[in-house]
Amino acid sequence: MTVIATESLSKRFPRVTALDRLSVDVGPGVTGLVGANGAGKSTLIKILLGLSPATEGRAEVLGLDVATKGGDIRERVGYMPEHDCLPPDVSATEFVVHMARMSGLPPAAARERTADTLRHVGLYEERYRPIGGYSTGMKQRVKLAQALVHDPQLVFLDEPTNGLDPVGRDEMLGLIRRIHTDFGISVLVTSHLLGELERTCDHVVVIDGGKLLRSSSTTDFTQTTTTLAIEVTDTDDHPDGTRAVREVLHARGIDTHDGSGLPGAGHILLLTADGEETYDLVRDIVADLGLGLVRMEQRRHHISEVFKDADDARDEERKEAVGHGG
Amino acid sequence: MAVEQSPARTGEQTRIHNIGYRNYDGPRLGRAYARRSLYSQSLRGAYGLGRSVKSKVLPMLLFVVMCVPAAIMVAVAVATKAKDLPVDYTQYAIFLQAVIGLYVASQAPQSVSRDLRFKTVPLYFSRPIETADYVRAKYASLASAMFILTAAPLVVLYVGALLAKLDFADQTKGFAQGLLSVALLSLLFAGIGLVISAVTPRRGFGIAAVIATLTISYGAVSTVQAIAFDQNSTDAIAWLGLFSPITLIDGVQTAFLGATSSFPGEVGPSSGEGVVYLLVVLGLIAGCYGLLMRRYRKVGL
Repeated sequence: MTVIATESLSKRFPRVTALDRLSVDVGPGVTGLVGANGAGKSTLIKILLGLSPATEGRAEVLGLDVATKGGDIRERVGYMPEHDCLPPDVSATEFVVHMARMSGLPPAAARERTADTLRHVGLYEERYRPIGGYSTGMKQRVKLAQALVHDPQLVFLDEPTNGLDPVGRDEMLGLIRRIHTDFGISVLVTSHLLGELERTCDHVVVIDGGKLLRSSSTTDFTQTTTTLAIEVTDTDDHPDGTRAVREVLHARGIDTHDGSGLPGAGHILLLTADGEETYDLVRDIVADLGLGLVRMEQRRHHISEVFKDADDARDEERKEAVGHGG
Repeated sequence: MAVEQSPARTGEQTRIHNIGYRNYDGPRLGRAYARRSLYSQSLRGAYGLGRSVKSKVLPMLLFVVMCVPAAIMVAVAVATKAKDLPVDYTQYAIFLQAVIGLYVASQAPQSVSRDLRFKTVPLYFSRPIETADYVRAKYASLASAMFILTAAPLVVLYVGALLAKLDFADQTKGFAQGLLSVALLSLLFAGIGLVISAVTPRRGFGIAAVIATLTISYGAVSTVQAIAFDQNSTDAIAWLGLFSPITLIDGVQTAFLGATSSFPGEVGPSSGEGVVYLLVVLGLIAGCYGLLMRRYRKVGL
């Protein structure tokens, strides 16, 4: 099933091309839309909501054509804008009830859903106070609640972690994850911070200058090579457990490095896992030595490398072009 | 996951249910319902209902100020057993035009400037409604709020007139003419107020601009009319009335609704001139609607 599908979608303004023949399919789950500022993320959302006609190409959301079924799409989709959008002099409850009714919910259902949704996003007693007195984190929750109150099948979240402190950021990311896992709502979340999306998204779409750079699942992004970090205890037989493991691994022909520069360096061994058997090997070695295995975890590669790859690819292209030219 | 407590300790009140997320599979009433919801929310908002106590003060006060003179006139009429009310139904709004102006100046910006200022407009347009729905709901709500403001004192007068046992047919005709006149006035003033307020996200500017537009146009028109009256050019008086909202309404009701003109020397427009007045009023209302549509097509997301 495809939630969002675009086919050579273009949007040209008199001076800039915001989207350039973008073709991408997005399935259910949490999808990250990554791009620098001005990459065309907001333009894409506007087109997908049926609010701005595409110059060329077509797009479907939940199987509905954005050009003709905008109203139907907007009834089934939630939208959380990037900017502040809350009137300060009303309470969160009043505001979200109003927004629920604007989405077509009958008055009683609007009130009930508002109470539920505000609880789910983590607003309790404060929801009766005027929004003007809320912290940024609370305001972001209200914005999220108004996007979810009508129980959409899909939500567009535009930079939901903007302006949040690290704790607020983590909570928001956890909430986004739950929107899919607990609520069963698909999510398209934009960000220019790759690390964030890596933690929350099943799938990442990278656009740059209105063009599709890459679209693949998060695991594809990070699983090409897996770095394994292991940490073991010391025993009387092996006063330096880490060294003992390293020696055995070396004897088996596996290179390790100590991850210098990383926190915990010296106690942690990093090695490249080629497949399942590496995990078994490590487990057996540690067991044979009689050590305790404190941790064995994947150190993920970061999505930021995608941009590096893309840059490399572009350099290659350029070289080729130059080559052809010469 | 749930920790089961011993049955002895689990009373009805101590049990906490985490019901988790519930999907909504009830009706979704769509665009027309959303438009109605926006209309009723804006109409309530125009009297401060559903908003803070502070924002109720001014509209409620103005409403009372509108009604009190009517109540006093009625009381006097009933007490003195007068043969007629001291004021025509059609004249009432003209007498209290300052109050009406103040009301539209304060409520038009609160209706539209707030949405612009706090950028709530994109949220509306991310829902089933479209530009036209938003404009219609906002226009209709302010016009209704103004109609309530201007028609309520007429109702007081009418009820009072019936209590005073004045001529029923006569009073009913006057009342109906008055209602028609304030309905036109509400549409015209709401349109002008909204167009001016929709330009700026700053509420203060909106208030000042609406008051300025209403008072300056009226001041200029009535001054020039007075000069024209002094110079006995009565023709000019009628045409000058086309240039301010309140004199437009005055002209229309003089020509068609049996009102006595408030123009200098009571020289209102004739029926022929009245047609021009009516066309200008209707043109202005349509023009305001068109301008609002144009404005909101650009605002969008």
